[in-house]
Amino acid sequence: MIPFFQWTGLSFEASWIVATVAEILLIALPVMLAVALVIYADRKIWAAMALRKGPNVVGPIGILQSFADGLKVFLQETIIPSAANKGLFLIAPIITFTVALMAWAVIPFNSGAVLADINVGLLYVLAISSLGVYGVVIAGWSSNSKYPFFSAMRASAQMISYEVSIGFILICVVLWAGSFNLNEIVKAQKDHVWIINGFVANPLLFPVWVMFLISGMAETARAPFDLTEAESELVAGYQTEYSSMAFALYWLGEYANVLLMCALNATLFWGGWLPPLDIPVLYLVPGLVWLLLKILFFFFIFSWVKATVPRYRYDQLMRLGWKIFLPLSLFFVFAISGYLMATGHFA
Amino acid sequence: MIQAFAFYLFTAIMLFSAVSVIFARNPVHSVLWLILAFFNAAGLMVLIGAEFIAMLLVIVYVGAVAVLFLFVVMMLDIDFSEMRAGFIKNAPLGLLIAAVLLAELGLGLGVWHSGALQLGVASGAAATPEGLSNTAAIGALLYTRYLFLFEAAGIILLVAMIGAIVLTHRQRSDTRGQNVGRQIARRPEEATINVKPAVGQGVTL
Repeated sequence: MIPFFQWTGLSFEASWIVATVAEILLIALPVMLAVALVIYADRKIWAAMALRKGPNVVGPIGILQSFADGLKVFLQETIIPSAANKGLFLIAPIITFTVALMAWAVIPFNSGAVLADINVGLLYVLAISSLGVYGVVIAGWSSNSKYPFFSAMRASAQMISYEVSIGFILICVVLWAGSFNLNEIVKAQKDHVWIINGFVANPLLFPVWVMFLISGMAETARAPFDLTEAESELVAGYQTEYSSMAFALYWLGEYANVLLMCALNATLFWGGWLPPLDIPVLYLVPGLVWLLLKILFFFFIFSWVKATVPRYRYDQLMRLGWKIFLPLSLFFVFAISGYLMATGHFA
Repeated sequence: MIQAFAFYLFTAIMLFSAVSVIFARNPVHSVLWLILAFFNAAGLMVLIGAEFIAMLLVIVYVGAVAVLFLFVVMMLDIDFSEMRAGFIKNAPLGLLIAAVLLAELGLGLGVWHSGALQLGVASGAAATPEGLSNTAAIGALLYTRYLFLFEAAGIILLVAMIGAIVLTHRQRSDTRGQNVGRQIARRPEEATINVKPAVGQGVTL
């Protein structure tokens, strides 16, 4: 986009700044719109599985429900508890929301259509997702209230635990793709097994993907791992003391994170913007459409799990992370690097 | 122009937050300032083209170490007056440590300028070979030239980790752990019996 702004007569620096801001808006605004619609979709799917109708009043088939909720929340008063640590209390939701948007910078939407095409894209995603915990922890501490504090403790332990196995899982993908760059990883999945585009068709990587899907649910604190906001034990967890827009920022950040996890599932294991099969006709459909379809497919899985699986107990969550996923993902790192060495993949 | 602006921005924020770590009255605020300092250090690493180190800094220090720091500090019940009482007593020791650190920093800088160490060039240009991403460059160096040192560091960390687990692990006899394998292996036929009592007779348990 830089050449276009240079053509309008700006200097390189000025056009770089304008182009970058424009590209950020081009990603962030659709993501926000998608979050609003996906919250509606989540409620509809959940309702359908419980044989209810779900939101059906605002707009045709209730499609404007999220916008109505947003307007309502926007007009509410922001209540700050008198014992809260005011500065941190207000910064915490901003951190969650910003971090949820930041990771989208390295997601490739088509061949080369990526905001920041950096060498260490996957490490960047890992770094940014590890920042997400701060929004929750700071909220829990600054609220100066019991339940948010318990929730913050749970969140920090839970996210660190699952990040360890996610790290090993990502190493498996990087070993096979030979690059940390997400665009390169997508390209490496072309024709991976016969004509299937995607690492998921590989028998060694399929179990790794299953672990990634489950760890992703734990990392984004989605049901059945939503212990940070377990309403039967902790009221609303770290969000208990929040109201109005601060509360809405958590809501938006959470769903933006879920969408990001879906996008990562699609990009790392299901071929990203590549069509599912390597048939010339399928390439007529733009890559962006394939990526969106895959993201929506994974979001449906997330909703499905939320609607059907009961919440884990905390010790079971820790057991799953440390005693099952960690050894298993470590085993797959060894198995995959061994296989690649034996077949001369690194030569 | 943009690089210079970013450099001064990151440096200014980093120095300010490093000073704030010391001067913050609340320990939790100190840790949060420390995290900001880590983050800006990562920004500086990106500026000199060491993006791999920058990301590792964020993942390891910001994402894991600082979270555990925060975890511990948040749970401590700290008495501020007691903390200030020890200040005069510990000041000489603190100053001594600061002087040693400063001297080491000066020494390191001197050696680097004299060019005795092959860490890079004194002009500050990156030592990464042409056409090689710095992830690959670091990997190539770590797994060839520094292989034994690298593996030794790994073994030391492993021993330390096992030691920490052994020291803090205690077997409690008064709690009943959950054996998930046994629970899953249990079948309804083994656990329940189906009796069909006649109406009005009931069952004996």
